[in-house]
Amino acid sequence: MLTSTLLLSNQLPTLQYSSTPERFDETWEAPLATLLGLGRAAGADFIEFFLERRNYISCLAEDDAITSISPSLATGAGVRVFRGKADCYVSTNNLSFSGLKTALEKGLSILGLHLPAPSNFIPEINLELLRDYATKRGKDGWLPLCSSIREMGEVLLDGTAHLKRKASHVQSRRATYFRDWQEVLVAASDGTFARDIRLTQSVGFNLLCADGANRASIGERAGNTSDANFLRTWDYQQASEQIAESAGKMLYADYVESGTYPIIMANHFGGVIFHEACGHLLETTQIERKTTPFADKKGEKIAHESLTAWDEGRAENAFGTIDMDDEGMPAQRTLLIEKGVLKNFLADRAGSSRTGHPRTGSGRRQNYTFAAASRMRNTYIATGEHTNEDLFASIDKGIYCKKMGGGSVGATGQFNFGVDEAYLIENGKITKPLKGAILIGEAKEIMNKISMCSQDLELAPGFCGSVSGSIYTTVGQPHIKVDSITVGGR
Amino acid sequence: MPNINEIASYAKDNANKLGIKKFDVYGSTVDETSVQVDQGEPKQVKASNRSGVTVRVWNEDNTMGVTSTTDVDPKGLELALKTAYEASFFGVKENVPDFSPEATIPIPNTPDDKSPQAPVSELISKLLLAEQELLIFHPAIKGVPYNGLAQRDIDRFYLNSEGAARTESHSLASVYLYSKTEEEGKKPRSAGAFRINQSLDNLDIHGCIKETADKTISHLNYEKIKTGKYRVVFSPEAFLSLLGAFSNLFNAQSILDKQSLSTPDDLGKQIASSLISVCDDALHPANVGAESFDGEGTPTRKVSLIENGILTGFLHSAGTAKRMNAKPTGNASIGAKVSISPNFYHVFAAKNSEQELSLETAENVVFIDDLQALHAGVKSLQGSFSLPFDGWIVNKGVKTSIESATVAGDFLELLKSIIYVEKEVELTPGGVAPRIWIDELSITGD
Repeated sequence: MLTSTLLLSNQLPTLQYSSTPERFDETWEAPLATLLGLGRAAGADFIEFFLERRNYISCLAEDDAITSISPSLATGAGVRVFRGKADCYVSTNNLSFSGLKTALEKGLSILGLHLPAPSNFIPEINLELLRDYATKRGKDGWLPLCSSIREMGEVLLDGTAHLKRKASHVQSRRATYFRDWQEVLVAASDGTFARDIRLTQSVGFNLLCADGANRASIGERAGNTSDANFLRTWDYQQASEQIAESAGKMLYADYVESGTYPIIMANHFGGVIFHEACGHLLETTQIERKTTPFADKKGEKIAHESLTAWDEGRAENAFGTIDMDDEGMPAQRTLLIEKGVLKNFLADRAGSSRTGHPRTGSGRRQNYTFAAASRMRNTYIATGEHTNEDLFASIDKGIYCKKMGGGSVGATGQFNFGVDEAYLIENGKITKPLKGAILIGEAKEIMNKISMCSQDLELAPGFCGSVSGSIYTTVGQPHIKVDSITVGGR
Repeated sequence: MPNINEIASYAKDNANKLGIKKFDVYGSTVDETSVQVDQGEPKQVKASNRSGVTVRVWNEDNTMGVTSTTDVDPKGLELALKTAYEASFFGVKENVPDFSPEATIPIPNTPDDKSPQAPVSELISKLLLAEQELLIFHPAIKGVPYNGLAQRDIDRFYLNSEGAARTESHSLASVYLYSKTEEEGKKPRSAGAFRINQSLDNLDIHGCIKETADKTISHLNYEKIKTGKYRVVFSPEAFLSLLGAFSNLFNAQSILDKQSLSTPDDLGKQIASSLISVCDDALHPANVGAESFDGEGTPTRKVSLIENGILTGFLHSAGTAKRMNAKPTGNASIGAKVSISPNFYHVFAAKNSEQELSLETAENVVFIDDLQALHAGVKSLQGSFSLPFDGWIVNKGVKTSIESATVAGDFLELLKSIIYVEKEVELTPGGVAPRIWIDELSITGD
């Protein structure tokens, strides 16, 4: 007679697992495999655990003093349970075996599932060998290599001092920095077992200048993943000169006269136009909600033939770079639009199963309190055939949007974004600075009006808020021309 | 999560062990369940039980450091205190934050009234019903892409090494519905509504359904608006969202940081039409999530900000109050740099107006229901805004939805251009306010 070594349900309370508390390593395989088996035994179609440990610090310099050092430590986990089309996500701070089991039980019960009877076997879930991107790519040593609190303070104070020398009519100067170190572990009932470490850093200036009733506030930010030395390489001299120049020009700028114009959008953060007007609408989340006009357009022309666009996880050191997504899938390079034709959507696991589009390593979340959703990573319009001179020469009267603010897109495909620094174009030349512009339009219409792309592609860091929280993303493009767009102003 | 007494005990024990004599701790636990549905099926259920604390530590030189953590067991608190202590040596030397002088004064009626949480199945069935009612309300309504029904229990506490110990608990239930239309030959239109209450039983889901449906349908008949200057009426929610975007006007920390449209000398000056008054009133009866103390343990209260158009007060932390010779107002958070934020606005008519205006009789006024993209279109330090909006052009009571337009102006000029403050106030997520009429603003459309 064969004796089984399979686990019985009534043995669960006696299990003693000793996972490494300060690191997500192979010792987590046994408890997570057991919990995944327990979930399957209860009748769930699919279960996924996401474990996270975070070490964050921010630093603020105002004028000539450090006014805030704010460390933050976080540990937590989320378990997602699928049954049919429905899914349930439960999060907890308690990473002990019993804490994770409690979260799983709650998820199961919400979906009407119950733990198996005491005499039932718990099926074995054979997880793959730990796919450890952190160790493989030498990330385990990153955190101690990052700048110390003292160094953060010194760099930021040097930065604000330089800004003081470069700018005029200064009312306030700020330099901000944050370092976000995150370790994640994903284990799922399909055998997924993967670990990664992400290191995201950002530093920038905010400058407020005032002269009587004239005011100008300008911000500039640099961002990076994967480079522990990032703060040490920040060129604050160049950044302060750029921001001082922008503030000087915008201080006495006239308000833009509202209307419909052809515009040229600069490279770098100008890429927010594609992010808002198209990128969000290619997420399977939007297909599920029926809030994208592109849902049934795969293989069809949705944009001007001059436009090709990518979303990728692996651009070196870019702000939205990930080796694996938050569902443990390796990140990939995804061609979204090729010469105006829609090629792919961005899909997470749930979005893929509900819409049929293949997963693209795009399942992302702010932290363990959110279930992953299809989100952008490094998203940009590819270089085109024109020069900047071609773009400007094609416009008699229009607006040059040199520095973009944030934006958003609504449920009907209407989008908007603000312009922080703009100039009037007259007869192909920049003539005077303008302020107060906001651009609005409809995704379907605007994509066919991006008619010229230049050759100077540059990426820029950004923060993107959506259903799975605020995440780090990259936007980017070369200089582009939009044939006409509504510009709100006075 | 450990209870407050356990956390206090852990904190004291670990502080003693680390030689820390002065510290305070603010924290909360949230037990929350929310559901979403899609076309008659549950889509996603979320549940979380999360906790977090922030500790502040003062060292021997009286400089202060801070750390936040989600680990509230003894080991987690020890690490947080240790990290905060290390950070304290890099803390500010001037205007060092200190305990609030009001952190230990008694608070009458601290809320401790949780409602029992409903089973998830009940949340799902209520939301499915709401979705179904919206879908049958009008043939053009084809979906409710954004929806949610949530219930939440919140426990908050503040304690410090000088004996302050405050706790409070309350429950909240909320629903949002956002429906979308599709009609042949027409652009899709959408609108939504939100309701909040202390308990699910008292949550006005029916009102939320009706408001969502009425608004969505009212956008079916839409037109472009000609660019120009228009008399504008802000809905309570739109006006409060704009007021919130320019809250640096009342924020003492922003003023001290020169990050405000106000200066300390502006108190007593006429900054708005004499028709309007504004308070920040955390304890307003309509504020269902009212908190009785802030992140520094200071009791919340009613603070007059604008009376008859005159700037009468600022929102303070303990630190800004000390620097500006005022009293803390219960609007502070805890942190390395204490930040200040409004609790619950109450906007109301300061006096009877000489003229009574009405959307039923007014001609060609723009009624702005909802402002969008405030993060992009508001220049809070310049005072200017340029924002897309949902709204209607109203002519003698007949409403025509406006397609793709923006409203732009200067907020301080807007406050002075108020020509009428209606009497009836409405509850919104940010406070209570009536409709506010503005003489003229720039609208960009066609």
